[in-house]
Amino acid sequence: MSAASLWLLFLAIGLGTFSMRFSFIYLFGRITMPEWLRRALKYVPAAVLAALVFPALTHPAGTLDISLNNLRLLAGLGGAIVAWKTRNVLWTLITGMTLLWILQALG
Amino acid sequence: MRLNQDFFAGARTALPILLGVVPFAMISGAAAVSVGLSAFEAVGMSFLVFAGASQLVVFQLMSAGSPWIIMLLTAWVINLRFMMYSATLAPYLQRLPTWQKAPLAYMLSDQAFGVSMGRFVTDETVSRRWFYFGAALTVWTTWQVSAVTGALLGKLIPDSWGFEFAFPLSFMALMFGALRDRPAVIAALTGGLVAVLAKGLPYNLGLVLASLLGIAAGTLAETIEARRRRPL
Repeated sequence: MSAASLWLLFLAIGLGTFSMRFSFIYLFGRITMPEWLRRALKYVPAAVLAALVFPALTHPAGTLDISLNNLRLLAGLGGAIVAWKTRNVLWTLITGMTLLWILQALG
Repeated sequence: MRLNQDFFAGARTALPILLGVVPFAMISGAAAVSVGLSAFEAVGMSFLVFAGASQLVVFQLMSAGSPWIIMLLTAWVINLRFMMYSATLAPYLQRLPTWQKAPLAYMLSDQAFGVSMGRFVTDETVSRRWFYFGAALTVWTTWQVSAVTGALLGKLIPDSWGFEFAFPLSFMALMFGALRDRPAVIAALTGGLVAVLAKGLPYNLGLVLASLLGIAAGTLAETIEARRRRPL
């Protein structure tokens, strides 16, 4: 990826994200958010994040691998338990990475 | 001096949240360097975007060699939630001139939103704009300092540590935080399973498809639950 297209990407993400943050703060009184949109937006984080997490565990090398040889799946399940209990990024990272290193060392 | 007092009240209330902000920002800085960005590019992105989850998503897609447009669209979709925050905060900031609204909007984060709304619903007397400004500026400054630190430290992490596994792990913690009710769980399960089944689609389109179907499933589940509770 060239430096120019990289900066263009950051700029485009940044401008779009700023527009979303500014949208209703700027337009207050002139436009209200439609109810269907408010509803749908509530589920964006859960749906998108799960869509990122699941395949990263089931397709560690690009192909489906649901077996005990898939160390990332095993370490990820361990991390998921901590994520569920703590909802804390740091603890989930520490658990998942440590499990992965232990499993790699054993394998 | 009522106004300054409320600014500091906002800043103080945000302090405990920083325990989560510091490591997350450092991780995002280190992750940027781990996918090959220079420290300068990492910091530039952090200032332009200032939205950790979307930045991490871009790094993951970058390391998978995804096309430019998919990275852009996915980052935007992740950040759509800011529209919801914007709509919720809007009444509290309505009397400000646009040149003041713009920087306050730029600094909007999950943490500043959470801290501010938590106070606004219980405290009618606090100056909303100053309290929010104090909380948002505290989170923003801490985020940027930590991101720079992470980018500088990130160079020290060897590739053999498998640091790219940090992406799904971080998303996992954020995802469980978003599972507040049953429709959200259904949205996550649908999004996750469709993403697994559609993994073979070109250009990482499976991610976009899975996100849309997950959102639709969550919305549908909410509608069904509401109907059950009060039958027509």
